[in-house]
Amino acid sequence: MMDTPILKISGLTMDFGGIRALNRLDLDVHAGEIVALIGPNGAGKTTFFNCLTGIYAPTAGEIILTPPQGGKSISLKGLKPNQVTEKGLARTFQNIRLFSQMTVLENVMIGRHCRTRAFILGAIFRNAATRREEREIVEMSYAILEKVGLAGVANEFAKNLSYGAQRRLEIARALATEPFLLLLDEPAAGMNPQETQELDRLIREISDDGLSILLIEHDMKLVMSLSDRIFVMDYGKKIAQGVPSEIRSNPAVIKAYLGEEVDA
Amino acid sequence: MSLLKEMKKGLFTSLWFVFLTFPLMVIKVDPIERVVRWRWENALYVAVGTFLMYLLVTFLMQRKNARAATETEVDADRESFIHRLIASPRQKYLLGGALLAVAIAFPFFSSSYQTNVMTTALMYVVLGLGLNIVVGMAGLLDLGYVAFYAVGAYSYALLNHHFGLGFWAVLPIGGGLAAIFGILLGFPVLRLRGDYLAIVTLGFGEIIRLILENWGEFSKGPSGISNISRPGLFGLELNLDAAIIYIYYLMILFMIVTIFIVNRLQDSRLGRAWIALREDEIACQAMGIDKRKTKLVAFSLGAFWAGIIGVVFAAKTTFINPASFTFLESAIILAIVVLGGMGSIIGVILAALILILLPEYLRALSEYRMLAFGAILVAMMVFRPQGLIANIRRTYIFEKEKSPAEKS
Ligand SMILES: Nc1ncnc2c1ncn2[C@@H]1O[C@H](COP(=O)(O)OP(=O)(O)O)[C@@H](O)[C@H]1O
Ligand SMILES: [Mg+2]
Repeated sequence: MMDTPILKISGLTMDFGGIRALNRLDLDVHAGEIVALIGPNGAGKTTFFNCLTGIYAPTAGEIILTPPQGGKSISLKGLKPNQVTEKGLARTFQNIRLFSQMTVLENVMIGRHCRTRAFILGAIFRNAATRREEREIVEMSYAILEKVGLAGVANEFAKNLSYGAQRRLEIARALATEPFLLLLDEPAAGMNPQETQELDRLIREISDDGLSILLIEHDMKLVMSLSDRIFVMDYGKKIAQGVPSEIRSNPAVIKAYLGEEVDA
Repeated sequence: MSLLKEMKKGLFTSLWFVFLTFPLMVIKVDPIERVVRWRWENALYVAVGTFLMYLLVTFLMQRKNARAATETEVDADRESFIHRLIASPRQKYLLGGALLAVAIAFPFFSSSYQTNVMTTALMYVVLGLGLNIVVGMAGLLDLGYVAFYAVGAYSYALLNHHFGLGFWAVLPIGGGLAAIFGILLGFPVLRLRGDYLAIVTLGFGEIIRLILENWGEFSKGPSGISNISRPGLFGLELNLDAAIIYIYYLMILFMIVTIFIVNRLQDSRLGRAWIALREDEIACQAMGIDKRKTKLVAFSLGAFWAGIIGVVFAAKTTFINPASFTFLESAIILAIVVLGGMGSIIGVILAALILILLPEYLRALSEYRMLAFGAILVAMMVFRPQGLIANIRRTYIFEKEKSPAEKS
């Protein structure tokens, strides 16, 4: 293996009352990798993301984030969602959660919030520093929109976008927070084959920019084509891990998917 | 829907109304002759009136729905008259300048009574803009806004009464105290949303009022505080008429400053964070926005304006007591925000003027004025639930895909 993983999870457990949604999960992501997390519905994948990003407080286990290029390791446990984002971990949501009454551009501008500072007085007096910051926010947000192919609809309300475009906007918004690790929760859900292909290309581009990606996805073709490594979950437990070719022929995985087509 | 079905529903509605209004409209007890008079003809009037009203409303609703189906809501909003009017900055400033000129000339061609009414309306404009930060932008339903208004009013009344402090000295103190109370209220309700938040803030408003009513040594209880000084003008003693005009001009100034500040806040990093918080709290946090800080700032900034206007109120009336700070005040200010269109500054200004001035000028209708007022409000919310002016978002123009040039 390579150097220290940028994300290392050990023994992560999450109980909801009597339900154990995550059961002593271990997982690691290394710099520059695209790692997929797959498993049947209800396996606990989204819960896993929610624990990572501070939305749920895990019952037990450790989450260690190590920024690439010699950053110090930090535990994400007990951090609030916004603090997790500040540390360089951004996510999208399976059930799209855009700010629907804001424009596409503004949605991305929100992502810049944690990297900028202007506050009450800056807003009122609009001094030079604030104006410069606002300009940077707009320029950078627009550049990100160009990257995901939404620059043409920058001034539309987010709610008026097509489903596929909304998913890409979620990615754009997450990118605006300057993460080094991006968590994508079923980004291809509801996309047509052509949109999925564009998504494939977008994820590769993001990866080429040096970001690591942890991807939850049901579209096996996409998963097999993108991933360096795959983790498989069922009932909150990890049942397999390995490179795509190993996963494809793993009997436990085939069984969990109950005859679903696993090969690409 | 078929006409017959609507007729049937209308019939039921009118029967129900006859039943509801029966004790009021039909039965009349004559205490002198000691008889009960049955005015059956009234039941008929109510039935026919309700039936016709029902048909009219149904017809209008259907027409509105049919129109909504053909064009999307957003396009309709963008096309609205006022939006087109302020679309170009030149027209906007021209319009603003004209309105300002009228506002400045107003006291010269109206009685002091009318100037006074107008001052009250302007106060509600500022109150509405303040609450608009909390409810309209940050989406925190605050039903106890009047508490901060009371804090401002009582800080001036008490500081003036005990220490002889003047209006200008207390103005920032009143605003500041109210802002601190905003944070005090904010902390316990950080985790609450929607209905729960509304109930707690409602309770907070009532608690403040009850304290003022019952803590006699502190606030002089229900009898209130009188002889509060009017605002000074470089040590000049103003007579009553001059003082009314002076406070009117002060309110114009305060309103302009408030509009300026709220406008800038709305179009800033902080304002965007508020709106994001209103739209989706979890996504907002996941985007790196500190929910606690953003909410507390919204509460305290909103409260600040209430405090300022509280001070003005005490100075204007020279007498305050807890009866001025009931839930009804909070409800009116909230109605201004909702009627204006959540988050829309022009909408709030218009709504405040309408809501405060309409009952005054409906006085001609004497006893029916509050009824007419209520009917107008209900009709408004049925036919334009997004408020008078739907909020439009700022658009940016990008030249040749690079180097964004901005336009507001
Ligand atoms: N907030 C919650 N409260 C109770 N149970 C939950 C909660 N969130 C998720 N669960 C349960 O955890 C399990 C895993 O759900 P989820 O993580 O959404 O699965 P996946 O994303 O893999 O489809 C499900 O049984 C679900 O009902
Ligand atoms: Mg899920």
